[in-house]
Amino acid sequence: MLLRLLLLTVLGGLALTLAPGAASAQTEEPAGTEQVSGTLRTNASGPIEGVEVVVTTADGAEVETAETDENGQWAVPLPGPGQYTVTIDAEDLPEGVVLTGENTRTVTVDAGRNQGVIIALSDGSREAGGGTVRWVQLLVEGLRFGLLIAMAAVGLSLIFGTTGLTNFAHGELVTIGAIAAWFINVQGGVPLVPAALIAMVIGAGVGALNELAIWRPLRRRGTGLVAALVISIGLSLLLRYLYQIIFGGGSEAYADYRGQRAVDYGAFTMTNADLSSIVIALVVLLLVAVMLQRTKIGKAMRAVADNRDLAASSGINVNRVILVVWMMGGALAALGGVLLGLSDEVQWDMGFRLLLLMFAGVTLGGLGTAYGALVGSIVVGVFVQMSTLVIPNDVKYVGGLLLLIVILIVRPQGILGSRVRVG
Amino acid sequence: MGELVDALAVALKAGLGFQAVFLALLAIGINVQFGYAGLLNFGQIAFAMLGGYGIAISVSQWGLNFWVGVAVGILAAVVLALLLGLPTLRLRADYLAIATIAAAEGLRLLFRSVSATPVTNGTRGLSGFNADFVTLAPWDTARRYGILGTQWSGAELWVTVIGWVLVALSCLLIWLLVRSPWGRVVKSIREDEDAVRSLGKNVYVYKMQALVLGGVLGALGGMVYALGTASANPDQYQNANTFLAYAALILGGAARVLGPVVGSMLMFFIIQFADTGLRTLIGNGVIPEDLLSATDVAQLRFVLIGLGLMLLLVFRPQGIFGDRREVMLDAR
Repeated sequence: MLLRLLLLTVLGGLALTLAPGAASAQTEEPAGTEQVSGTLRTNASGPIEGVEVVVTTADGAEVETAETDENGQWAVPLPGPGQYTVTIDAEDLPEGVVLTGENTRTVTVDAGRNQGVIIALSDGSREAGGGTVRWVQLLVEGLRFGLLIAMAAVGLSLIFGTTGLTNFAHGELVTIGAIAAWFINVQGGVPLVPAALIAMVIGAGVGALNELAIWRPLRRRGTGLVAALVISIGLSLLLRYLYQIIFGGGSEAYADYRGQRAVDYGAFTMTNADLSSIVIALVVLLLVAVMLQRTKIGKAMRAVADNRDLAASSGINVNRVILVVWMMGGALAALGGVLLGLSDEVQWDMGFRLLLLMFAGVTLGGLGTAYGALVGSIVVGVFVQMSTLVIPNDVKYVGGLLLLIVILIVRPQGILGSRVRVG
Repeated sequence: MGELVDALAVALKAGLGFQAVFLALLAIGINVQFGYAGLLNFGQIAFAMLGGYGIAISVSQWGLNFWVGVAVGILAAVVLALLLGLPTLRLRADYLAIATIAAAEGLRLLFRSVSATPVTNGTRGLSGFNADFVTLAPWDTARRYGILGTQWSGAELWVTVIGWVLVALSCLLIWLLVRSPWGRVVKSIREDEDAVRSLGKNVYVYKMQALVLGGVLGALGGMVYALGTASANPDQYQNANTFLAYAALILGGAARVLGPVVGSMLMFFIIQFADTGLRTLIGNGVIPEDLLSATDVAQLRFVLIGLGLMLLLVFRPQGIFGDRREVMLDAR
């Protein structure tokens, strides 16, 4: 009855199997008794016994602590439906088995349900076979991650360049893309590709709404940039927790993209979904670059970012350009969110967690420049992934944030930025 | 009607409890940095975390004296302020904002990581470090006390009283400081940095002093919170709390001595009243369960805070007591 699995030898690419008996197993539960359960095992180590599993409520009050049995299974009965956080003690894991992500997971348990909990483990079997070179693998993963950051960050940087706004709510544009696509895909039964396109349209719409409903009126009022920054934080809080109410605190995968099998390319392995997300990101970013370089609106964007008054006096409709920037930024961020949800599952705060890395990328490249954001983000993505060669996986974001602070010391104007911008 | 009175009593307790002290100390710290000196510190919660963990780690993990823990916490906050300020205080305001929020999130991730578990006990956190402090209370801490229809445990009451004493002392200190030459220089830096520099003042040093002072106040807030909850857990120190403190400060009025204190009390009162009220309404079936379930109410408070922060800044940036000309919101 506890067959909803918790195993994921993700790095090994060997096996993620959701046990087929799960659905029938749940019916054995009498109605009204909610519980969370799971099984800890990896291919190399087999079932893992004696790991402490702590279940707490959303407020942090402990419900119960369990230990996995000889089959690696554990279960905790719950006082009722609601949100629960499951934490495993990584100290108890046997030699060679490590967490690939965080050691906690928050799940929403519906009435009468036995909710399976998945926490990703790695037994290092990836290094053992397949001839995979670890640093090449990390480089490729870093490139993929960097391209995703770049896609979201281009909009952030252009918005800063054209309006001077440091938009702390940009991460929420990423999340809305991922969540919209998830609802259309999983609840609506639409395949992911059209769902992603609809999500991009929604993202562009939300971007336009941001500009028309909030920022344009505020610019007209002459609101200062610091006030605008704090308002964007308010907006970020508002949207983020609204998403949590609508979407719930758990993480969900897109239909048909659960447990992808990795394909071996010799020096590295990669799932087809990851490969396509790299290709999509590259194509889209190339299109953005061509647009900025060749089209009239693209040139206008760069002109406004460079010197707003001069652009306005040479006949460019600045407000229209800014609106287009917001729509483009929203659509790109939404697509980035869908692709991130594809690889890391959809979560309510995924965009906010990405935001700081976006800032790192944008700052590294030079605030306000489109190409700077591209280069900087890719560097940050690669740096974050490659840093796991030296530091543990669960603190890899700390490396990225440290990088941000170091950039600010060494070269605050960024790689492609000009010194005059720093003020 | 009885439910309304209950909700009011719960809200009153929240507005006076140690959580409000925690928020008030954070906001007083931010007031020094943002209200008076014009620095955007978005990582205030990191200072609180260092304060709380300073005690928790010193006492629970290293077996040191409670007062050594307090010193460790304050020292850690000073070091963090220096580390953050050195590179960023010469730059524009939004760079300090990005650097501080990044540092706060990074520190939290570090404290909850597996590799830090030997020191911080990871996501499970630390507890059992407040015994030395609780025994100092002049009354029986095992009993429960009823005041104005609210229930307090003795230990909670002791933490709260000491907390408000700290708040009062901090306010007195700020009041004296802003009337001193130091305060006048700091305020003029907020208004026009270049003018102050041309008068021969070292702007960088003054900004650094404001950052350190605000950070230490934040650390004291973190200590009160850790003692009040009798535990230290990295996830208590989410950076949403920093913005909660900003909202409280702006609600009360930035660049006013009592602004952050009144703002924090009011903030917790409103939040808790809305919280209890909504839960009661859901329990009564006035709000249908499908529209909003009881578990969503905890999230709804942050939605309301976000909305409130936006509306305040748009329509009344000076808050209740503030002076519009004194609120640093226009500078780049």
